[in-house]
Parts: sequence; C-alpha cells; structure tokens
Amino acid sequence: MNYHRFDCIIVGAGGAGMMAALESSKTVGTAVVSKLYPTRSHTGAAQGGIAAALANLENDSWENHAYDTIKGGDFLVDQTAAEILCKEAVECIYEMEHMGLPFDRTADGRISQRRFGGHTKPNPKYDPNAAPGTEAAKPRLPVMRACHAADRTGHMILQTLYQQCIKQGVTFFDEFHMLDLIMVEGECRGIVAIEIATGELHTFHAKSVLLATGGFGRMFKVSSNAYALTGDGPAIAYRHGLPLEDMEFYQFHPTGIYRLGILLSEACRGDGGVMFNGKGERFMEKYAPNLKDLASRDVCSRSIYQEVRAGRGVDGKDYVYLDIRAETINKYKTSPTGAEVDSKWVESRLPDIIDFARTYLGVDPIKEPMPIQPTAHYAMGGVPTDIRGRALRNAQGDIVPGLFSAGESACVSVHGANRLGTNSLVDLVVYGRRAGREMAKYALEREFQHLPSEPEKATKDMISAILSRPRTEPWVKIRDEMQQVMMDDCGVYRTEAGLTNARDTIARLKERYKNVGVQDKGSVFNTGLLEVIELGCLLDLSEATVASALARKESRGGHSREDFPDRNDNEFFKHSFVSLNPDGVPVLSYKDVDVIMIEKDGQMTTKYPLEVRKY
Amino acid sequence: MSNSESVRNLTLKIKRYDPESGEKPRWEEYKVQAEGHDRVLDVIQNVKWYHDESLGFRRSCAHGVCGSDAMRINGVNGLACKILVKNLPNDVLTVEPILGLPVIKDLIVDMKPFFDHYKSVLPFLINDEPAPTTERLQSPQDRARFDDTTKCILCACCTTSCPPFWGDQKYVGPASIVNAHRFIFDSRDRGAAERLDILNDTEGVWRCRTVFNCTSACPREIKVTQAIQEVKRAMLTGDINLENPEVVSISH
Repeated sequence: MNYHRFDCIIVGAGGAGMMAALESSKTVGTAVVSKLYPTRSHTGAAQGGIAAALANLENDSWENHAYDTIKGGDFLVDQTAAEILCKEAVECIYEMEHMGLPFDRTADGRISQRRFGGHTKPNPKYDPNAAPGTEAAKPRLPVMRACHAADRTGHMILQTLYQQCIKQGVTFFDEFHMLDLIMVEGECRGIVAIEIATGELHTFHAKSVLLATGGFGRMFKVSSNAYALTGDGPAIAYRHGLPLEDMEFYQFHPTGIYRLGILLSEACRGDGGVMFNGKGERFMEKYAPNLKDLASRDVCSRSIYQEVRAGRGVDGKDYVYLDIRAETINKYKTSPTGAEVDSKWVESRLPDIIDFARTYLGVDPIKEPMPIQPTAHYAMGGVPTDIRGRALRNAQGDIVPGLFSAGESACVSVHGANRLGTNSLVDLVVYGRRAGREMAKYALEREFQHLPSEPEKATKDMISAILSRPRTEPWVKIRDEMQQVMMDDCGVYRTEAGLTNARDTIARLKERYKNVGVQDKGSVFNTGLLEVIELGCLLDLSEATVASALARKESRGGHSREDFPDRNDNEFFKHSFVSLNPDGVPVLSYKDVDVIMIEKDGQMTTKYPLEVRKY
Repeated sequence: MSNSESVRNLTLKIKRYDPESGEKPRWEEYKVQAEGHDRVLDVIQNVKWYHDESLGFRRSCAHGVCGSDAMRINGVNGLACKILVKNLPNDVLTVEPILGLPVIKDLIVDMKPFFDHYKSVLPFLINDEPAPTTERLQSPQDRARFDDTTKCILCACCTTSCPPFWGDQKYVGPASIVNAHRFIFDSRDRGAAERLDILNDTEGVWRCRTVFNCTSACPREIKVTQAIQEVKRAMLTGDINLENPEVVSISH
C-alpha cells in the first residue's frame, strides 16, 4: 500500500493548481498530483492575454472590467465574485511580473495591453440621440486591457508558475492520475491516484484537497481542448453525489481552425482581424453593430452558425474566414489605435497563430484569410465554490469540509453564462491564489482525520473489472458517438428534441460503457485503461450538461435554445445545480445569483441592473 | 486552403518495447491509410484506438505547445502533432523513442533526468531587491533580448538530438542551457553569475560541439545553438549586455 500524507493535496498542475500550491506551500505541507508533467497542462495553450485594468495604455478601471465580466456572462455572474476577480487581477498581474513573467512591454517599459472581445470602457462622447453608426452612438468602446506576451500568454504563465514552484521546492507527483476522492461523513480526506508508470494505486491522505483539473471540452467532436481535458475532478465529485453548477453553459470559441478545432486567439480580432462570410461580407456588422468582431464569443459563434445556415459559409460549407492581413486591418481601420500596420507588426503580435495556420491549414495568414469554425472551448460550469474556493454541497451554499476547487473545473461563478475572453487566466490566478490560502488556513486549524480501512478498494475493483473484461466493442466508438451527439444536439444551438435525443443517446452509451474492456492488461503506462476511465468521466459530465440544458428553457450566453430564443429573467435568473439522486438520476435545483445592492437617491437598487445584452 | 485531401497508404514502423514481457525492443509494422492533413500523431493514435491498444506514447494538446509527444520520426526528432502526413518524404514512416533517455514503454521515455538537468540551472527569476508596487520596468529592447528562449516548451527534442548528450547523459544538454539563457539575459534577473558558474563546467556549456542538431530539432524554432554560444560568450567576456536583436515596434 502506497500511503502519503500532506496537509494539502492539489490535483492538477495548470495555472490554478500551481498558483494555489505557491500559496499553500508557504505555510503547510503541500503536494501537487498531476496526470501530466506540469508544463504539459493546458493553461500553456492560452494565447492572447490576461485582463487586468492596469490602464497602461489608456484610461481603464477594475469597475469597467467587472461590468464587462457581468454583461459578458449575460448577467448570470455572481457579482461579488466578479468584483473580486477584477480588483485582484491587478495585484496578481504585478505579482506574476515580479515572479519573472515576460510580458510584452510598452515603449516606456510597462506591461503592454491589447484589446479583446467584450472588453470595453464607456464612450465619453456617447449621445443616445446620435445618428446610428456614428461614433457618438456607441455607448462603449473597446479598451486595451489584456496583458500579453505575444500570443503565448498562457505558456508564459504556466512556465513562470512552474519555475516558482521549483524555486519554492513544491512537491510534485508527476504522471499520477486521480481516480477517486476519499469522502467520509461528507468530508473530503484525500484522494486515490494511480501512478501511471507502474500502475500502482496510491492513497493521499490530506486535510484539504483542491480540484484544479481543468475543463472537459473533449466531450465535443470539435474542440480546442487537449486530449487530457476530461473533467476528472468534476466527474468524480458528481459521482459522490456532489452538485455541479451551470453545466449547460459551454463556450464555443468562434475562431477554431476548420475541422481541427485548434484555437486561433481572439487577439487576432483584438489586433484588428476581421471575419468574412463566403460572400466576402463582414457579417459581424449585422449582429453586433457597435463592437462588430469584438463582440463576446457566444455572440460571434452564433453569428457564424447563422451565416452558414443561410448558405453564406465559404463555398457553401460550414466555415467562414478570419482575416488578419495587414491590408485588411488597414482597409477596415481596425488596428488598436486606428493607425496603419504592416505584416511585420502582425507577425510580431501573433507569431504562434501564424505558425499554426501555416502548419495545420497550409495557409499563410500574412497573405490569405484562414478558414475557421466555432470550437468547443470552455466550461463555464463546474464544481460550485464560494469566493474562498470552498466546494459547495448544495444550492443553499453549505460547504463540503476539506474540498476546494479553482480554475476551469470550478464554478465560482465569475463567468456566468458566457466567459469573457482572457478571464479564464484571470480566474486561475485570482481564485487559485484564494483557494490556496484558504485550504492552507483550513489545514492549519485541523487535525488529520481517520481514513476508512481500504480507501482505494472501490478504485481497485473498478480497474480489475475493466481489465478482466474482454475487448469486445471498441470504447472509441462510444467516445465518437458521445462527441458527435454532444456537438450536434448540445452545441451552439439547442432544442428540446435535440437535447432529448442527446439525453437518451448518452444514457444508452453509459449502458454500453459498462461492458467495455481493454486489450492491454499491463501495468506500465496502460494509457488505454486510463482513456477508458477518462471516457467514463466525460459520459457523466455529458449527462449532467444535457440534463441542465434541458431544464433551462431560455437562451442566455452560451446556452441558446431555439425553442426558447429569449432570456427569461423571471424564471431563470438563477444558477443550475445538478446532482445525482440516490437512484443515480440527475436532478436539478437552483441558486440565486449574487447581486450587489447599492443606495442611489435614497433607494436601494442593483449596482449592475439587468439589461438587454447588445454589442 | 491547400488541397491536402489525398489519402496515402503508409507503412508505419514503430519501435516497440514492453517492459513487462521480458522481451527486447522490436520493430512492428502497420499498414495504414492516412489523409494528407493528418498529423503523425493522428496516424499513431489511430493504430492505438483501432488496432493495437497497447501502443504507448504521450500526447496532450496535439498542436505543438505542450511538448508531450517528442519522438524520433524518420530518424529526426520532432513533435508528432506538428508533422503532417502530406509532408512526409515517402510512404514509409518510422517512429521510435527519443534517444538518450531510458525507455519505459514503446515511445515513452523517462523524463526525470531531463527535468533534473533543467532544474539544476536555477530556471527561475532571481532578484531579491524589493519589488515596486507595480511592475518592474523593462524596455522593449531588453525584453526582446531573451524572447527567443522564452518559447521553450521542455519537449526535449533538442537535448535528445544532441550527439554529445547521447554519449554523456551527465551533460546538462541544450534545453537546460536555453532555459538558463532565458534568465541570464533578462534585465530583471540578478542570478546570471550563479548560473554561468554552474554551466562553466565540463558537463555544462563546454560539452556543446555546435552540431546544430538541437536547432534543427526545435519545434518552436528557437535558435538553440546561438543561445548556447551566447552563454559561452558571456562566460568568456563576463558581459551579458552584448548586442541586442532588432525590435519590432509594438507601440505604434
């Protein structure tokens, strides 16, 4: 029996996990357990920037950022959490700069910032009576808020945090894959993980456990997500009867490489890139007359679908163009300052994007536009937490002692129904840091609690069962069918009929999954076995996503119901909590959105009043 | 979009090793069909998913940024997710583990010695001066000085293509020097002397024979050999403020 004991166990070595580890390891024993080497984590694939209202290039404020976050999330954002996010973003950026993060610089040596979709400031010249289309008719204007290192911002964050973990001597268990949470009397007391290199199970006894396992985009056919993003943390919590929040809100990023889904950063459009349909029209002018290509992601993705449905995809197919050529930026005057740019400037801003297009599309974006389609990108939902990273047991807000979550696996909720571009990175650092502090504090105040006699038994039995079954039906077929039905029926647009089909299909796939076996019966790097286990996680999360989507009979942010096209604040201005009942059936409950009240003219009123979301 | 739809019939040869079988490494051959736009990673994954699940390899992001799938492909190191079928010179595709690190299973090597070398060069910013309340200032020129080496994804393509490393695995290797370079030439860092001292060793930069394999192997197109030469020069001259590369203005 491999037994380890640490005050804090952090599962996942992306941005949130390592930020938390840097905090908790200052005061208590901490180990990071990750199925990947830390630098392989998907934080490293984030490209364009991380927002913080530093105001290095133009006037800005954290209040502007908070407003954009709440509006971007179609008002389903918890407002206290969003204000914390935007305030603490500023100090976190400086903290990471002090750690050595190599941000690009302004001429005067400060951190450079760029524009991103949905990031705005009030237009000082706004006149509600101005003629439509004029500058004065726009209530808000784009703002340069995203701190960046070319289009490799996530890479720099991941590397910098790993460097600091090395400096601080944080303990890592690399290539250890969590398979279970140890839950006793409603408390979390550790995890069970498999050492991938040997196949041995390890028990990690802890006072506090952080789930920072990232997203689960691999439930969809076309995704920007790494193969590793299978939502292990949320899935395992869900199996233990814990709720998942806002699972129906899944973000499709508008600009994925056609067919492959590889992300082409929103920074392409922040720096002036423009999308065109097959007729060469700049279609975003129709859907978002003010911000056009810089509208929020859900808006842009739906617009692409509308164009394709109307037969205006390129060559009648299911893709459109993203054009970042200097001549296009100059023609439409879309560069950040409106000044002329040249190809060299574009290359210096977006070197990796240009490399991806050349490698995977055979297209040189300096000379030609890039074929793109929306790609499954980010889970707004996940393990519900409070603003200290503590996991919630129910919609009433009771906590699960010893369990924490941060980053994409969590739902705090700062993204609401649609995450604003760059806010994933902000979320990682701000709430990773908060969770790290809180779990250390919790561990300091508490003794280790007893573990059950064989905490790894359920895991051992599950593995034995899979290994003992013959490989009859290839499990990849189940995966392919899951990804197809989720893409078709639970993607950008949804209907009652489609979601019902998805629900029934997933239920059938789960039945078939029970008989899945593997061909490789070995112990060393049995990655086939691990892929089967990961598929089980994705099936459970698909089930939770579809159940939540069926129940939400409105359209809001990343959840668009064609049968309920409008936002319905009377009935659905609330977070969904989905959990398994004792019969293993997903059931829904709801939690109010946290709304900040302020006094205005002697009356209490909402600080961020609900408004119709337009860009 | 270039036409890459042509299907190719490939003979895929993979060097297999199963530590649990007691058998020696062997070559296994698969006849596979692949689309021109498929990545070598797709070809290997299809073998695993549809023919032989026991095939072991690492992968994650599948677009060249996580560094998991470094392999020796047709005798040259690269990331399997960055090489497309249409660009293969002929219809025989050989894949084997990167050299110089112990093979654990099939295409999976033990990365620990690699990361131990990386950690030995103090790959983190060293600066004990009190930090300002906002950012430390750095000119665009100073930032550009070490830009190339910030791109490293620690995939080990460079180190495991290096003949001196094949011959002597105590050599820190190109990747470690690249990561030392990233800090030595960062104007905010104060640890250059310490790092140069570590690398001024027979197992440090002086093991480099300027073969340039590292530079051609780097999937991030880092000028690895140049970075190593710059570290050597800094060691000999004691000067880390050598010529700056050209800076593209981003403050228009």
